[in-house]
Amino acid sequence: MEATEYLRVSGLHAFYGESHVLHGMDFTVRRGECVSLLGRNGAGRTTTLRAIMGLTGKRTGSIMINGREAVQLPPHKIAQLGVGYCPEERGIYAGLSCEENLLLPPRVGSGGMSVDELYALFPNLHERRHSPGTRMSGGEQQMLAMARILRTGARLLLLDEISEGLAPVIVQRLAEIIRLLKTRGYTIVLVEQNFRFAAPLADRMFVVEHGQVIAEIAQHELHEKQAFLQETLGV
Amino acid sequence: MIELFGVPLPALLGQLTLGLVNGSFYAVLSLGLAVIFGMLHIINFSHGACYMMGALFTWMAMEYFGLGYWWSLLLVPLSVAIVGILIERLLLQRLYKLDYLYALLLTFGIALMLEGGFRAWLGVAGQPYSIPAELAGALDLGFMMLPKYRAWVIVASLTVCLLTWYMIERTRLGAYLRAATENPALTQAFGINVPVMVMLTYAFGVGLAGLAGVLAAPTTQVSPLMGSNLIIVVFAVVVIGGMGSILGSVLTGLGLGVVEGLTKVFYPEASAVVVFLIMAIVLWFRPAGLFGKAA
Repeated sequence: MEATEYLRVSGLHAFYGESHVLHGMDFTVRRGECVSLLGRNGAGRTTTLRAIMGLTGKRTGSIMINGREAVQLPPHKIAQLGVGYCPEERGIYAGLSCEENLLLPPRVGSGGMSVDELYALFPNLHERRHSPGTRMSGGEQQMLAMARILRTGARLLLLDEISEGLAPVIVQRLAEIIRLLKTRGYTIVLVEQNFRFAAPLADRMFVVEHGQVIAEIAQHELHEKQAFLQETLGV
Repeated sequence: MIELFGVPLPALLGQLTLGLVNGSFYAVLSLGLAVIFGMLHIINFSHGACYMMGALFTWMAMEYFGLGYWWSLLLVPLSVAIVGILIERLLLQRLYKLDYLYALLLTFGIALMLEGGFRAWLGVAGQPYSIPAELAGALDLGFMMLPKYRAWVIVASLTVCLLTWYMIERTRLGAYLRAATENPALTQAFGINVPVMVMLTYAFGVGLAGLAGVLAAPTTQVSPLMGSNLIIVVFAVVVIGGMGSILGSVLTGLGLGVVEGLTKVFYPEASAVVVFLIMAIVLWFRPAGLFGKAA
């Protein structure tokens, strides 16, 4: 394994009960790289992130995170390898205030952002810190779901559909934050339906279909692969 | 002598404090049930048996080891909690993926086994346990004599309930607990060891039942059957208060103890059914209980 590889998923199969969702996913993410998993709904992108976190049913194959095999580990051990997960449904706890949500995930590594730094980055969260989690707007909930994993010292961020259903100005703000995180050396996996959001941010893109990676596209190839993308993704 | 509605005041106040004492037991027991239900979503039918074990362990500690009340107050809830850990690790955790009914049947079976086991060993006759010397006697409040031990039970129970509430609602550990209750999978994906929290929650819940058993030992005849006599009322309390509500179970427990006590004064014939009557009325108007949230 190359020293710069931070995440290597190989031959990953995952199941929900009887249904076989991932059929041998293969991809790698280098340290400090931002990659995006593209594909239609139901292609298996969200399941890939959930499988990396150990949240699906049975998994086979291999998931190397920073040199450690994680395919047999329970979710809390996987998180403790330094992984931060932002689920598609955002997962803001209704029974916890905004600040309790922010402070909930325990540290999984060193060098996480301080609460002050996060409030500077997401000023809305400071204003809403005493509000119950679910009284917040969709955009605020998304900011909270992001901020929450930046405090823990996680270096690998798995972000699922973070731009979904948000106003353009908020999507723009999220893109700025991803750029900032890239400059700070975070390793990021973006699962995105919104191609226009993901394309400028991702160093490489993996096109997923039927639970497999069917193509890899580097940032500089975007233009020439336009026709292919249009066909497979409908963008 | 002062009378209120034709009842002498001291008799009224006496029943009121007795009601509060019973209410304290209801509160601590239903609190344990609520904590367990909130996290594990199971109704712990062995709760009465754990209460019984608490009282029996207290009596045994004195009988076999010469350990007094204060030692028992510390050690017995811990031992009952350890029994809880064994139950959870060896049996209960295997059922989480199945329908809740299986866990209900299992805990009911455990209750029957524990009661049967202790009955075979010790018989059904109640064992006396005396009030510790420090809490013997009564306080003269001027208008009534308040037995010290009753005051102690009320104060100790309320303190435990308050501390439990504080721990769950105001501390970091409590936030983990609330988060794990709401979304166990995501909470575990944040790096929190949810299976261990589930185990400790069960242990804490039955430990509370054990504590209620210690507090009850000097007020009643300690016998293997004492749990099943009480637990039916406690389940009614939980249903009235609303499943899983911490505050609801405590307030309802105390309130129903008082109502029961007062019914003994004014219409003794109804005292055994008043709780169930209230349960029926509450369920008629609020199926989720007084403090419960409708699903």
